[in-house]
Amino acid sequence: MSAPVHPVVNAAGSAPAGGAAPLRWLRANLFASWPNALLTLAALWLLWRALPPFVDWAFLDAIWTAPDSKACRAAAGEGACWAFVAEKHRFILFGTYPYEEHWRPAVACVILVGLWAASGLRRLWNWRLVPLWAAGLAAVGVLMWGGVPGLPYVENERWGGLILTLLLTTFGLAIAFPLAILLALGRRSGMPVIQGLCVGFIELVRGVPLISLLFMASVMLPLFLPERVTIDKLLRAQIAMILFAAAYLAEVVRGGLQAIPRGQYEAADALGLSFWEKTLLVVLPQALRISIPPLVNTFIGFFKDTSLVLIIGLFDLLSTVKVSLTEPAWTGFGVEAYLFAALVYFVFCFAMSRYSQSLERELARADAGRRR
Amino acid sequence: MRTLLIATAASLVLAAAPDRAAAQTTLAAVKAKGYVQCGVNTGLAGFSQPDSRGEWRGIDVDLCRAVAAAVFGDAAKVRYTPLTAQQRFTALQSGEIDILSRNTTWTAARDSSLGFNFAGVIYYDGQGFMVPGKLGVKSAKALNGATVCVQPGTTTELNLADYFRANGMTFKPVVIEKLEEVLNAYFAGRCDVYTTDVSGLVAVRASRAPNPADHVILPEVISKEPLGPVVRHGDDQWFDIVKWTLFALLEAEELGLSSKNIEQNAASTSPSIQRFVGASGDIGKMLGLGNRWAFNVVKLVGNYGEMFDANLKPLGFDRGINDLWTKGGLMYAPPIR
Amino acid sequence: MRLSTGDPRLRAAAYQAAALAAVILLGWYLVSNTLANLEARRIASGFAFLGREAGFEIGETSLIAYGAADTYLRALAVGLANTFRVALIGIVAATALGALIGLARLSRNWLVAKLAAAYVEFVRNVPLLVQLFFWYAVITENLPGPREAVEPLPGVFLANRGIFFPVPAWSAVHGWMLAATALGAGAALAHARWARRRQARTGRRPPVLAGAAALLVLPPALAWLAGGAPTRFSVPALAGFNFAGGAHLSPEFAALTAGLIVYTASFIAEIVRAGVLAIDRGQFEAAYALGLRRGLAMRLVVLPQALRAIVPPVTSQYLNLIKNSSLAVAIGYPDLVSIANTTINQTGQAIEGIAIIMAVYLTISLVISALMNWYNARIALKER
Repeated sequence: MSAPVHPVVNAAGSAPAGGAAPLRWLRANLFASWPNALLTLAALWLLWRALPPFVDWAFLDAIWTAPDSKACRAAAGEGACWAFVAEKHRFILFGTYPYEEHWRPAVACVILVGLWAASGLRRLWNWRLVPLWAAGLAAVGVLMWGGVPGLPYVENERWGGLILTLLLTTFGLAIAFPLAILLALGRRSGMPVIQGLCVGFIELVRGVPLISLLFMASVMLPLFLPERVTIDKLLRAQIAMILFAAAYLAEVVRGGLQAIPRGQYEAADALGLSFWEKTLLVVLPQALRISIPPLVNTFIGFFKDTSLVLIIGLFDLLSTVKVSLTEPAWTGFGVEAYLFAALVYFVFCFAMSRYSQSLERELARADAGRRR
Repeated sequence: MRTLLIATAASLVLAAAPDRAAAQTTLAAVKAKGYVQCGVNTGLAGFSQPDSRGEWRGIDVDLCRAVAAAVFGDAAKVRYTPLTAQQRFTALQSGEIDILSRNTTWTAARDSSLGFNFAGVIYYDGQGFMVPGKLGVKSAKALNGATVCVQPGTTTELNLADYFRANGMTFKPVVIEKLEEVLNAYFAGRCDVYTTDVSGLVAVRASRAPNPADHVILPEVISKEPLGPVVRHGDDQWFDIVKWTLFALLEAEELGLSSKNIEQNAASTSPSIQRFVGASGDIGKMLGLGNRWAFNVVKLVGNYGEMFDANLKPLGFDRGINDLWTKGGLMYAPPIR
Repeated sequence: MRLSTGDPRLRAAAYQAAALAAVILLGWYLVSNTLANLEARRIASGFAFLGREAGFEIGETSLIAYGAADTYLRALAVGLANTFRVALIGIVAATALGALIGLARLSRNWLVAKLAAAYVEFVRNVPLLVQLFFWYAVITENLPGPREAVEPLPGVFLANRGIFFPVPAWSAVHGWMLAATALGAGAALAHARWARRRQARTGRRPPVLAGAAALLVLPPALAWLAGGAPTRFSVPALAGFNFAGGAHLSPEFAALTAGLIVYTASFIAEIVRAGVLAIDRGQFEAAYALGLRRGLAMRLVVLPQALRAIVPPVTSQYLNLIKNSSLAVAIGYPDLVSIANTTINQTGQAIEGIAIIMAVYLTISLVISALMNWYNARIALKER
């Protein structure tokens, strides 16, 4: 391992113009010194060992379509069986939703993704987002439940696959976020009882694994309620996810609150603003702006964590993948199945993390511009 | 001020609590909501599993459909709640589901202390032995000295030891944790015998054996695993409905009534068929259902044999002890009259 | 009573009283419901079940002897030991791998930096549970049976039944070697302290590293020689249907640790990278100006400062790893949550089972946070 260097020292990618530029780039970035050259060769060897077999397996020798699993079994070990995904993709994406109505969750997924994408545009960061989200979520609700002319009613036990993952994420974050702000404000309120309650809640939830909260929601919550009162399984899991997200988001928001200079509070007090005016008009807008990048990271983590509802028997994306593997004809293709699931999750998370990075840079630039 | 706040909070909490006295019967509740809520396995081939189109399939699922047919005359009025082993009993106790139809073994403890009623047996399971046909073994009593592949950690291993000791035989166990491996070991000929639940043996033979006909499942079954639908204690009417729906499935097979021929045979002069289809007698009314309840069950779902053939036979399951009592099995329905 | 709503202290008191009352009422409501439900469903309560016979077998009982006839308490202890086993190995390996990859991302070598970046980007953006299932599928579906086991290194076997590798055949001499190592480590610490004092006094630095290395290696080596230099290794060999001898990692353990290490390492790598990048470039330049070579500049100037930024987030990654090890329940490794889950299934005492899980993890979290705060206070920048 060559000793790490400061990035400013690192001249990667800034090859000077000239006839021998590629060669010079190679020497500067791959063969700068003996250890460096050895490192390059080792990395190349690793790639050469890993890539061609993978390409053979995943693409060249893969079986893309097959009427049943026999062809795949015959090719076991040689090529990937993407025919499994081809056969099961409808179930993986939409779960037990009625087959003829699959377009509805598909459109709902597009709407949800569109809402998230729209919320990422900085020029839409104003009051217009509120009606946009309200209309979007209403449309998703009508599509998913139906019960209006032309759309038969579909109970939420039948929702599954990608849409369930997206819904758990969206509603989890949408409800947890205001809760998190209250918790963060409470933790910094200076009122001992409220502070104690908030700290207790936050630390309790952050100190235990999400699984134990999900177990609690699935097994204990029915005991907490009066006899004959039941809460839907999906809703119970959603409650656990909300509490979990709220505790983690609260800590991020608290970080933002702490970063606000005292002068801002004092200035607001000097203007004679009430507590809520001060909080809503002066403190929160600044604190939230500071916390946007870590918030997006928490969102990504939460999106990944929704996969844990598999353990309590909800049919989210990962769960539908796993259930697909229990059909005797198609058992034994776990590697292909989980690679497919990984790819779907990756697309969403990678997009979000790229967005978060660009946003961070943009905000830093904007700050620098303002200071100038 | 403080008392006021507390009083407000208290009234809010109490307002959220429903009237506990207004508990109604399960049948009334099911009729009011318009569907049967059925707890099923999240994925067990042949018993309950969503297919590639997302439709629930399996013999446990068909029982739910049969109950819906009996209550509503519409087998589609079912909603399924996939449950893990951990959740199944809580879900039934809390009233989240009306029937638990999730390959659950009937035991004394569950029937009594958990507060459940088992409404019969839909599949008699039990531990059995599979051997390669070429060994020529016809009975488990002839397995003295055999090498046996078994998965550890289950009662399977203990039953195995008990059985051999009770019959004065010895064996050499090959205890392997993972199903995949234990099967590889068996099919590669590294042990003479593979033992697990019979339903597992047939499923394995169908899906994994290079040539299923080369393997024989021995007739001896050394443990009892009766699987059946479960309902809550304390609602005898609902218990009766589920129990007699199951019996109607068996009785239909015995009477030779199937989803294909029940329409024609409804006009038969046989008194038992007349009672079955509701042309005479008031059995349905006594159960709190319509008189065509059993007719609907068979018309919409089929008889037990049809259910078995549709769900379990393709996986290689044999009727065995799950055949009708008239054919040497254990399936016996009390007379419907 | 007249209230002036303008008095902030009175208003604060009212808010707090209302919050407290609401929480107490909610608690009372839930508890009374629960009690009624437990009675109606004839579910026992209390922790008496811990003393009863568990009746189930546990696949891995490496640290605590256990059989089906033992109590639930012992079963849970086995689960906790298994959790610690995974967590400890996971933390050590993830730290090493994470630091390596974090530094690789900063490497001047373009290819190495890009490979490390690709690793981090891919692994961070796929849920851990998917990765666990993936590793488990790789091991159980794609590795051959023991007969055809892959042997990547002599004596090391990969099969669908786990990983088998040779270990020195245990003898009393190894015990003595352990004791000698402990003694040597103590001596090395004392030596380092002495060297630091001496450097402070005289300005000259005695060779700390060489001394420490000698103190760590020599005593166990001497103990080994004095014990007759046993060289026997227990090598796994195919015996019947499975391997015998050597050490064995089950597929569940291997999949869980592999998943946890690979996943956590990607986060640690980012923390290490950020920590090094956060050091002002002037620090390097100042160190060079003092005549330090690059390695020394890194070790003496940059890393100690970077550590201050690295340690707190890395600790929270350790906590995450411990909490994430509870996903063992999904692939069948018998950790605490998995055993508690079985216990809940058998006894029906969900409240007690979940309470045990939460209490244990909460205790671990609080202890590690406390250690963390103590360490933070110690290394905090002392501004004078």
